[in-house]
Amino acid sequence: RLPEHVQVDDPAALKKLAKKLERQQVPLRSDYGYKVSLFSHLHQYSRKSPPTLQISIPATVIHPSIVRLGLQYSQGIIAGSNARSVALLHTFKQVIQDYSTPPNEELSRDLVNKLSPYISFLSQCRPLSASMGNAIKYIKKEISNIPSQCKEEEAKGKLQACIDSYINEKIILASEAISKYAIEKISDGDVILVYVWIHSERKFRVIVVDSRPRLEGREALRRLVKKGIRCTYVLISALSYILPEVSKVFLGAHALLANGYVMSRVGTSQIALVAKAYNVPVLVCCETYKFCERVQTDSFVSNELDDPDDLIVTRNGKSHLENWQTVKSLGLLNLVYDVTPPDFVDLVITDLGMIPCTSVPVVLRVKNVDQ
Amino acid sequence: EIHEPEEVSVWFREGSSCCQETLARNQRFTETPVNMPGADKETDLSERIESFLSELKRCGSGAGSLRGSAETARETTALLRRITAQARWGNAGELMEIIRKEGRRMTAAQPSETTVGNMIRRVLKIIREEYARSRGSSEETDQQESLHKLLTSGGSSEDNFRQHFTHLKANVIEAINELLTELEGTTDNISMQALEHIHSNEVIMTIGRSRTVEAFLKDAARKRKFHVIVAECAPFCQGHEMATSLCKEDIETTVIPDAAIFAVMSRVNKVIIGTQTVLANGGLRAVNGTHTLALAAKHHSTPLIVCAPMFKLSPQFPNEEDTFHKFVSPHEVLPFTEGEILSKVNAHCPVFDYVPPELITLFISNIGGNAPSYIYRLMSELYHPEDHEL
Repeated sequence: RLPEHVQVDDPAALKKLAKKLERQQVPLRSDYGYKVSLFSHLHQYSRKSPPTLQISIPATVIHPSIVRLGLQYSQGIIAGSNARSVALLHTFKQVIQDYSTPPNEELSRDLVNKLSPYISFLSQCRPLSASMGNAIKYIKKEISNIPSQCKEEEAKGKLQACIDSYINEKIILASEAISKYAIEKISDGDVILVYVWIHSERKFRVIVVDSRPRLEGREALRRLVKKGIRCTYVLISALSYILPEVSKVFLGAHALLANGYVMSRVGTSQIALVAKAYNVPVLVCCETYKFCERVQTDSFVSNELDDPDDLIVTRNGKSHLENWQTVKSLGLLNLVYDVTPPDFVDLVITDLGMIPCTSVPVVLRVKNVDQ
Repeated sequence: EIHEPEEVSVWFREGSSCCQETLARNQRFTETPVNMPGADKETDLSERIESFLSELKRCGSGAGSLRGSAETARETTALLRRITAQARWGNAGELMEIIRKEGRRMTAAQPSETTVGNMIRRVLKIIREEYARSRGSSEETDQQESLHKLLTSGGSSEDNFRQHFTHLKANVIEAINELLTELEGTTDNISMQALEHIHSNEVIMTIGRSRTVEAFLKDAARKRKFHVIVAECAPFCQGHEMATSLCKEDIETTVIPDAAIFAVMSRVNKVIIGTQTVLANGGLRAVNGTHTLALAAKHHSTPLIVCAPMFKLSPQFPNEEDTFHKFVSPHEVLPFTEGEILSKVNAHCPVFDYVPPELITLFISNIGGNAPSYIYRLMSELYHPEDHEL
């Protein structure tokens, strides 16, 4: 079944969504600005008009910590799939804590129903990532597995413990395992190129590649400098200049798709492409909870459009795109994700070990069998 | 506006339209009558050369090129014409020495501005040709069969250009005027070919800002409807100017950040770019980010078309590591507001990229379309091999 957020060009789907949101008393967020026709099937929101504008205070249907979380997502305060998933799980813990089963209702069914409007609200703030989707699936499964004779306090405690162990195992310990494997791959004197943040330590030099408009690399740069690692910083347009010096490229991933494609921050596929042209090994670091069963071959069918106003830049006090809304036939495209074909990626480092890109469906099958 | 004095020398008549343009634009080049006493002529000439050199030095350190290469080419040629007219020389050899000397100073002022060197080499070739014509030796045998010439070259370069010809000066200046007319028409000649290469409902991708490509696309847009995607080319983001300029002609334009080049390439039909220099092997020295664009186009088998006028063709090869790259202040990349990490981090901001010839499909220049494998031949027609090193 096709997710809603890629059917914006279908008026029937939009009507259905509007009805559903009305029933759940969740505000509908409207698109902003001229959308490039290639992406008319996706939403494009503005950061300046958050979805919480239309909610009454105090919110009766939506838990306040969910409202806060939604706002943090839509303003970009919490960004990155790990951070978003962890924040989501913590908020759900809070929600479960405050929940009380109404009389004549079963916790296992009612709690799941209570969570639905929250999830709709969060996806209005920002479309859910694959990792968040997996986390939600896990929670829903745990909730529905609670036996009916279980007392409320006990059930709540169990759920909280489940969530804690999920965060611990799948996210925190997983990244440590990945770091251990990654360190094996780094030799002394290497020059490493990173596009997203990764923890490790050995004697090597790091080149951080950054791209407009988000400039997330600066944060990574600060952390690396604090650890005392020698760093170089360039923008993505200087890639062909810097790549001849690089021995390995480390990339992060937002999700790994079942056909071996890597979905991550826009620009990653470009780095992998140019690294391939210079014969530099490309290693992707990804926790297994980000693997998903979806398949995708290009960056158009399922993506996210960020606020187009981010592309406006002011140099020397003037900016050419200031009034881009008034200029007809001008569109600004601020993509968030892109997909990298598996032939550009040499190795995927996960908490289960180092696997090639094509082994993703194997891991998914093993995970499903486990559960 | 400048008031033209009555005495205008005959040598400036043909190039007068170009001259007036230059005059309107920079007040320094005020028209002066040529029949002046010798000493004043010389100081006037050296003054102009000095101001040109300082202009070159200043422009290079700004964001990209503040003046287009076409302007630089025109001004260089006009200056060379003035040198020919006003400097003291007795025969072709001396003139070539003078021009070479001034040429070395000009290229040293701004090594990355290769059009200056290219124009100097063109003028040197003109001088050689005019000298040969005055001597009576036929043009054709000199140009033909360059391989053959190489084998038999022992004898023919005995020429030391010492003979004096009275009409040489006038001939050379006339040839330079022709060169100036050619320079004026380059952008138009290139745009005239636009309709041969762009069809309706195409998606065309470009990067940064190139006046040649802008004129090319605008010309095609008069008759056909297509869509343009412009990569903004950080950190100077000249793509933004390009996009707003294209929108004025009602061309559907989309601006994308550099990181999205590969992501959108699958929907692009053609990539049309401009360049700073065309190198002798058919490769390019273009704005940074172009190599990534070329690799993405190759991966998707999208044709890469380069619009470059002939004055950008340079006899340089790309393997001179220390002269190829140019860097500007890393402040553009990592601003001074990031103070605490600045001192511990190396930040680079290269201006150019090298694009190898195998990634390029077609060159469109004012003399028509060519494959990159033909560039060596065009170069041998424009420049004399002895002038490759000034």
